[in-house]
Formats: sequence, structure tokens, C-alpha cells
Amino acid sequence: MSIWLDENSRVVYQGLTGRAGRFHALRNRAYGTQVVAGTNPSKAGTSVEGIPVYATVGDAVEATGADVSCLFVPAPYVKGAVMEAVTGGVSLVVVITEGVPAKDEAWLVAKLERDHPEVRMIGPNCPGIISPQKANVGITAPDIARPGGPVGLVSRSGTLTYQALYELKQSDIGVTTCVGIGGDPFPGTSFKDCLAAFEADPDTRAVMMIGEIGGSAEEEAAVFIAEHMTKPVVAYIAGITAPPGKKMGHAGAIVSGGKGTAAAKIEALSAAGVRVGESPSEAGRLMVEVVSEPGG
Amino acid sequence: MDLLEYQGKRFLADYGVPVPKGGVAESAQEAVAWAEGIGYPVAVKAQVHIGGRGKAGGIVVAANPTEVRSAAERILGMDIRGQVVKCLLIEKGSEIEAEYYAGFTLDRSAGGYLGMLSAQGGVDIEAVAETAPEAISRILVNPVEGLTEATIASWVRFARIDDRATHPTIRILSDLYAAFVHGDADLIEINPLVLTSAGEVLALDAKVTLDSNSVFRHPNYQDFDATQPRDDREAAAHSRGLQYVGLDGTVGVIANGAGLAMSTVDVIAQAGGAAANFLDIGGAAEVETMASALEVINNDPRVKVIFINIFGGIVQGDVVARGILAALDRVKLRSPIVLRLDGTNAAKGRAMIGNRLSERLVMADSMPDGAMRAVEIAGRT
Repeated sequence: MSIWLDENSRVVYQGLTGRAGRFHALRNRAYGTQVVAGTNPSKAGTSVEGIPVYATVGDAVEATGADVSCLFVPAPYVKGAVMEAVTGGVSLVVVITEGVPAKDEAWLVAKLERDHPEVRMIGPNCPGIISPQKANVGITAPDIARPGGPVGLVSRSGTLTYQALYELKQSDIGVTTCVGIGGDPFPGTSFKDCLAAFEADPDTRAVMMIGEIGGSAEEEAAVFIAEHMTKPVVAYIAGITAPPGKKMGHAGAIVSGGKGTAAAKIEALSAAGVRVGESPSEAGRLMVEVVSEPGG
Repeated sequence: MDLLEYQGKRFLADYGVPVPKGGVAESAQEAVAWAEGIGYPVAVKAQVHIGGRGKAGGIVVAANPTEVRSAAERILGMDIRGQVVKCLLIEKGSEIEAEYYAGFTLDRSAGGYLGMLSAQGGVDIEAVAETAPEAISRILVNPVEGLTEATIASWVRFARIDDRATHPTIRILSDLYAAFVHGDADLIEINPLVLTSAGEVLALDAKVTLDSNSVFRHPNYQDFDATQPRDDREAAAHSRGLQYVGLDGTVGVIANGAGLAMSTVDVIAQAGGAAANFLDIGGAAEVETMASALEVINNDPRVKVIFINIFGGIVQGDVVARGILAALDRVKLRSPIVLRLDGTNAAKGRAMIGNRLSERLVMADSMPDGAMRAVEIAGRT
């Protein structure tokens, strides 16, 4: 099995007619994803390589039964586009766009939590979600993900997600689902959400978690792991040597006021029984140990 | 982006928060001119991005033109923990009866905004936060629900500030919240917020960090770009549109993706070396980006070796290889390169570089291998 996304998922692309939207929607379709629609209010009735374009997500859902939306719209329009997807009737919204203001993200997260708890948002500023051999929604290079499990992967960083998938593939370890939750301060889906879903997924036997400096999402994940996870977790945290007060690329990756350090995160995770690798390669080796253990 | 005090005060004043009368001076002459217009006493305040400037001698109260001139002459050009003072805020002095603290910030773990108010503001607020956290009254604001006047009123009562200051403070917090939300600030701190003997409540200092992702809503925020604290290397990288942070080591780093770049810096440290920088060339590792990145690193005198760590996703290995080869033809490099290339089209990229390999261009098998080789070369030279 996989979490949140599989071969039955039907995906609409908001921003299909743009350059990035078109490229990735077609690549996702070539991977086997059911790409059923795109939206663009001024191009309704047209199509992109056979993918019908509708004015709104609501229209696309009605016509095609889409249940997932993937956003490639520019940052200023993300807030409105997510609400269009949510009210249009999809249950999963994957936001690839980077550069979304924190206020828009905070509002969206609070709005979904209060009024649309049945809808999951992944991102913004994330590579998306891939359930190898079943479906890929987003920009993850599909050939580096080995299908078949038993590892669930969740990551705050795009390229480190690829690096982690690669480390696993090199060791012949497959992945059930890989979720990139994004590097922004208010992600729609947290480590905790992913850990809970992997814990409940019968085909996932272990979880790899890639974190980085900033915020306290990793510490909260550690609390969740200690209290609720029976499956082993291997982690890697980037930014051990990052200087305080400097934003390391991602809007969320900053050590400020002594908070959000890699050391504190590693300590919290280790205390929760998580095996923490010092580098992506070491995390890969730890995962090899975990999956080869009896009952692992 | 972080605002200087005078920028922060103008930002707050636009939302109705009262601030002392003042003006910005870049010379002693300008400082005196502002002081004459405002009336004595005035505070002469160094404009830098770091706290503790008062203790460093960067704030002086002056009672007449002579004192203003000498204070301005002394503070302009002063080095406050690495930041050179380029301008001053000349501000009307206030007779302070009480000092409070007020602020709003993003609360990531609670998924909302955190408001903070304390009757014990001033230079020791950090000690108060440590030793008497209950003296800071906190409220969590749900971004959808917002903050009502009634909630602010009970928050202010709870913080036990002076009765005389209660009403103006309610007004100020309401305006401050509007500035925080509509102004797309990540952080606003007023410390101190003062009650004057005349019964006014004023923001005597302002620390404001704005969300750089919100510039499309506030085109004027681009003006703050010029005053961001950057060292020469960071300024050069910024002008080329690169995500760069200067560090102290000798291994120059180029990677694609913020996470991988951060991880590369870590792995270099684990191999016994130290990175000279964090540099993310992002998803568009085109010839131009790679050449710019190499130029910036090449101009950093402390760099002894350059570790290029690329994992192709959207970025394709052959495009990266072409970028490096073109950059090598364009930029005369002082330091050798260690290259690690994996992911999409990596084999193709490696093959393209194959016949150019030398002591000056070394191929690594993996990220740890690349870090080790780079650190070894840095140690030798």
C-alpha cells in the first residue's frame, strides 16, 4: 500500500498551461499517474496533449472525478487557488509553488483545519508526493524511487529527498510513499501527519525522516514517535554547522534565539529512540540495518 | 528582511503607531540640523541591525548642538560588533515613566501568531523572559479568527501595565497587529514601549523583520534591500541572484537545493574541514548560474578548493557538466574543483567531463567521497 496517493488517484493540475505545470504534468502522466484535467479560467475548453482544460477545479472535478489537485500557479495566486481546489471538491492539494508569503500559508493552514478538516494540503514549496510505480504528483525525478517498500520517506527538503531516495535505491531498498512536506514555516502537512499515516500503513515497515534547522517540527515529531510509533524511524537533520541568524535558503531554515538548532533536534529524536545519521549516506546505512533486522 | 530602527518606525507610523519625532542623518552637520528642528534634548542613535548598541556606546542623549555634533562624529563610522554605523537617527528625547515590551511573531509550532506584552520592558527583557516568563503576557492568534479589540483589552489588563497607559496601549496593539498582518511582517518588537511623563505611549525602539516573499504585495519593500547586512561576498552573490551565505572555512561549496547545500557544509565539517560558504544554485543550473557561482567563490581569498555537489532532479547532469565546462573557459579559477554528480543524466554529464579531468578537476564517487577529497586538497595547499 501507500499513503494518500495511489494508482486510483485522479489528478487535476492548476497551472497546467504554464511552462512548469505542463512539463511536470506530462512527466507525471508518463509515469502512470492519472492526469485527468487542468485548469485555466481563460482557456476552458482547450486541451494540453489530450488533457482537458476547465475553468475551475469545481468544473474539473464534476467532469472527471478528480480527487487530487497539484498547484503550479505563481505565489501571489496560491491562496486563492488552494481555496478553489478545496471548495471544488478535491481531498488532497499538493502545492509545489515556492515564495508564498507566510501570512497566506498560516491563513490556509488555519482555514483548512477549521472549515475543511477532510482536506489535506502538502506544501507549499515542496517537491510533491510519489508512491513509486503507482503515481507521482509533483517534481520528484521518478526514476530514483525504487518501488515496493518497505520504507516510508518524509522530508523538508527537495534535493535531500532525492539524495535519500538514491541512498535507499543504491541499497536495493524500496519506498511505499515519499512525501516532501516543504521548507516553509507553515506547511500544510507535518512530519507528525506523515509518521501517523506510515504507522497505519501495513506495507510500510520503517520510516526515513529528513529534517533541517529551524522551527520545532522535528522535536514535535520526536514526541509523537516516543508516544505512538511502533515502527522504527531513521532520521537525518541538515544544518548541524549552520550559523545562527542566517536563513539557509529555505524560508523556514533558520536558527534564531538559540532555537531550531540541529543539535536540539538530534537530541530529541535520539531520546525518542530514532537512529540519527550524521550524513544522508549514514542514514542510508542505518536504514539498511533496520530493514534487515528480524521483524524490521 | 530586517529593517533598521528608523525604517521600522516609519513602517509602524504608517499603521498609526506613535513614534517620537525624528530624522535620519548621515553627517554631524545633518544631525545638528535635525536636532535644531526637533528641540533638545535629543537621542543620537546608531542605525545598525544588531541589538546591544546602547551598551556599545551607540546611543547618546545630547542637550545642545555641541553635544549632538560630538556624539554624531563619534558614532558615525563606529564598528559595533562588525557593523559599521553609516547613519544616525536623531530623535526627540522622552521623559520616561515606565517601559513596556510589545511584539508579534510567527508561532510555527502553534500554527498562528504569538502576541507578547510585558509591563517589564527595557534592556533586560531577555533576562525577564528567562527568569520570570510569567511577566510576559502571551496570546496566540488564530490567523483566520484574527484579533478583536475586546481580546486586546483583556490582554492589556492581564499584563498589568499602568492604568494611564491602558487605553493608548490597546490602540497601539490594534495598530501593531494590523501592521504585522497587512504589512506581512515575520516579527515586530517594540522594546521599550514607553509611558512618558506627559502621559503619551510611544514606540521608543522598533525591531521589524518583513517577509521577503510578500514583496509582490508591497513593491516599496524592495527599497529595504539596499540596507540588508551583507558582507562583500554576500553582496556580490546577491547581485547575481544567488542564494549565498558567507562562512569562515576554506572549502567553497556549490550545490543544487538548499537542503543539499546545507548538508554539504555539514559533511565537509565531518570530513575535518570547514566550508567557506553556503551556495544553492537552485533548479536552474544553467551555464550562466554555474559561471556566476564560480566567479563569486573564486573572488573569495580564503577559498582553497571548490566542492560542486549536484544531485540531478529537475537539474540534468549533462546540463550541469556543460555549465561547468563553459564556466571553466570563462572564469580563470584559482582553486581546483572536486565534482560530485549523481541523479538525472549523471552518467552523460560525467562522460562529458571525463577528458577534462586533471589535478584541477577531480571527480568524486559520492558526497562523502567528494567532501573528503576537497578537505584533503584544502589541507595541502
